[in-house]
Amino acid sequence: MTKETVLSLKIGDTVAITGRIITGRDKLHKFLFSKKPAKEQIPFDLEGTILYHCGPIVRETPGGFVFVAGGPTTSMRVEMYEYRVISEYGIRGVMGKGGMGKQTLKALKENGCVYLNTIGGAAVYLADKVRGVAGVWKLEEFGMTEAMWVLDVQDFPAVVTMDAYGRSLHDEIRKHSLVEFEKLLGLR
Amino acid sequence: MFNLQDAIVELYRKAATSLPSDVESALDHASKKEKRGSRAEAALFSVLENIRLARETGRPICQDTGVPTFFIKAPLGLSHLKLKNTIAKATRIATKKIPLRPNAVDILTDRNSGNNTGVGFPVIYIEESMGNKLSVDLMLKGSGSENIGQLYRLPMEELGAERDLEGIRKCVLDAVYKAQGKGCPPYIIGVGIGAAKDQVSRLSKEQLLRRLDEVNKNEALSKLEKRLLTDINRLGIGPLGLGGRTTALGVKIGVNHRHPAAYFVDISISCWADRRTTLLCHMKGLHLVEPPEEIKCVIHN
Repeated sequence: MTKETVLSLKIGDTVAITGRIITGRDKLHKFLFSKKPAKEQIPFDLEGTILYHCGPIVRETPGGFVFVAGGPTTSMRVEMYEYRVISEYGIRGVMGKGGMGKQTLKALKENGCVYLNTIGGAAVYLADKVRGVAGVWKLEEFGMTEAMWVLDVQDFPAVVTMDAYGRSLHDEIRKHSLVEFEKLLGLR
Repeated sequence: MFNLQDAIVELYRKAATSLPSDVESALDHASKKEKRGSRAEAALFSVLENIRLARETGRPICQDTGVPTFFIKAPLGLSHLKLKNTIAKATRIATKKIPLRPNAVDILTDRNSGNNTGVGFPVIYIEESMGNKLSVDLMLKGSGSENIGQLYRLPMEELGAERDLEGIRKCVLDAVYKAQGKGCPPYIIGVGIGAAKDQVSRLSKEQLLRRLDEVNKNEALSKLEKRLLTDINRLGIGPLGLGGRTTALGVKIGVNHRHPAAYFVDISISCWADRRTTLLCHMKGLHLVEPPEEIKCVIHN
């Protein structure tokens, strides 16, 4: 994804992703954050890619890896690492579920990146948008769930919920729900 | 005819790959209540399509096949230890065969056991049943929704929550407000109230075994469950937290006696993929220690 594409996206936009994306969740984020491996040490190019928060079920067969099920995991768990992963590795899209916090929102704006919310729990529906597994890194060390999987996807659906202009759909929904919450508790 | 180990493997398969009919129809109903063309409607359509695909292709509905949690009622005499061993063996087979995602991670070494068994994993609760009936309820609860559960200690000044039904209501609303879309709504919410915090956590989770259409036998609690469902859906968090009319599909409350000084309210939240399955079988003869070689059973959800 180019910076121009990122800047053309606004919160609420629905997108369909076709191309190569990379998975990474808790362990990978902690590793990239604390060990800071140089780009050359990583066998895949992260520049301009979409980092998908996902711990899939992958089956190894004689014909290669089969992506059985793989919906998003809760993104907020990697909030403390993500801002640096975005800036150090040139990520253009972060995809997961539930949205992220202030630090990430700031990093999205500073680096030209977006947060994409895909469908939580829709593991089979989303796995069917994966055309193939192009590679994997840290499978032995991190295990299937936490490894970095390189996926070729077609028409993978998501909604832009945090954009490069400092806006977050999650914050808007939270603000709206706070008003209702306070009414229901008799606080306003 | 199965042996018990094979039956539990099939119980896993059913739980991982299909949703209970009450949950599926509640999701279908919710999709019709959302605004036409909204993000909420689109999200629910994808969820329903996912449920159909999972069932038809025998793949897990969600890649997070959760912490397997067993609630068992076993006839007098049947060894609980042997039951636990049978479950552990069935779990290892199911993890490979279905497949399930290996989720059991050692706290100290951070190593995944690779087969969903480990210390206290799966979670197994066993009680004695009446007669010669063995019932095994299996819940596969994903950790996205487990992480948004909350324990409250009443009274709680910041919420203006006292030790009464209104106080309980405030706790539940607070938990859902804080959860927002992080645990894959529409949610199903279990509430447990009582004297000890370990006990209420189990009680709130047990509420998630109740069907959505089951009415609470206690009238006051039944009323509170209905009121809470309406209230929660006014929060506007919506399916997958993208905004909308359906934030929850059901609220289920259970109560125990409490201590004069303690009033714990525990809230267990399930994602929309509320995977629960039951295995029921009649065992011939009482006082059997070993699970019998062959059993007749039904598996349903």
